Amino acid sequence: MHAGSLSGVELAGALRARGFDFFTGVPCSLVASLITALEPHGYVAETREDAALGLAAGAALAGRRPVVVMQNSGFGVSLNAIGSLQDIYAIPCLLVITWRGYQGNDAPEHLVMGEAMPAILDAMHIPWRELGVDAASAAADVAWVRARLDEKPGPVALIVKPGVLA
Amino acid sequence: MTPIAERPTTRDAIAAVLPELGGHARVCANGFISRWVCALGDDEASFYMIGSMGLASSIGLGIATARPEVPVAVLDGDGNVLMNLGSLAMTAVLAPANFRHVVLDNGVYASTGNQPAISASVELEEIARAAGYRKVARVGHVADIVPELRAQLAEPGPTLLLIETQPESGPPAPRIPYTPPEMTARVSRAIERLATVGRGGESAR
Repeated sequence: MHAGSLSGVELAGALRARGFDFFTGVPCSLVASLITALEPHGYVAETREDAALGLAAGAALAGRRPVVVMQNSGFGVSLNAIGSLQDIYAIPCLLVITWRGYQGNDAPEHLVMGEAMPAILDAMHIPWRELGVDAASAAADVAWVRARLDEKPGPVALIVKPGVLA
Repeated sequence: MTPIAERPTTRDAIAAVLPELGGHARVCANGFISRWVCALGDDEASFYMIGSMGLASSIGLGIATARPEVPVAVLDGDGNVLMNLGSLAMTAVLAPANFRHVVLDNGVYASTGNQPAISASVELEEIARAAGYRKVARVGHVADIVPELRAQLAEPGPTLLLIETQPESGPPAPRIPYTPPEMTARVSRAIERLATVGRGGESAR
């Protein structure tokens, strides 16, 4: 696993530069530095990932641009909220989801979702891409998300592989 | 708890609370709560959930947190609250003064055929109190609803009013006539208007 060259501060800066201004989620070690960087900007530590999606939906209805940070285990928890709230109501939300269980190389509880996640994202028609490994590519990824949300409001995901974030 | 026959129906409880919540953005839980709010007093400030069961309180909390100048009311059901008990803790911790929680507790899952819910044995308002809501109350007679709600509205939130209700016996409320994207656009416009009113109120003081 290569060492990440993208810092949490750089990713948080890229998100804010593209207008994202409401941050919530449930932690994962792979995005610890991002959450630390978002805390000064009002990051809300939610109790569950689907509750975070509810909170983010309310913020979006109130005119904010939300980001929900979660582990892919929490993506499993979130499927009904994504499908019956953000998707059908056309409520914009960036999901930053970590890819635990990537290539089968993780603790047993992460292996099933680690293998299934890309197919689930595709089956739910959630636009997604892997987050780039440096500040320039991450900024391009966030710009891509913003363009998708402007085109069609709803859920859009950036997937964070192990080792990407320093 | 109030004997079932003495309690208001969901319809009667909603008819009592709605006139008190003008000027609020209202998030209505999925099922008959949304349908009765729409049937009895539809306007753009009401957001009708048709799915995402359990999340009405989270959605309302998101609005209240993002727009402190907008009064927010969540019209919730006992099954919804039980599905997302963490939201009571989250609400108490964020403690928005503009957040009102009204829980209609009929003790059953009405939309799916009145299967019993465990709320008949659990005092949900006491969970909210223990979590840290500023004021909570339970009422079981229709005449007590408005005085108790007004007492709560006179104080900063978060507050929770639990209304014991009885399952409906009359005809069900009609389905929501709007598409989900229409509901998003409606409530977004309404929140913007309420925010303007809220800011105006601040500067006038």
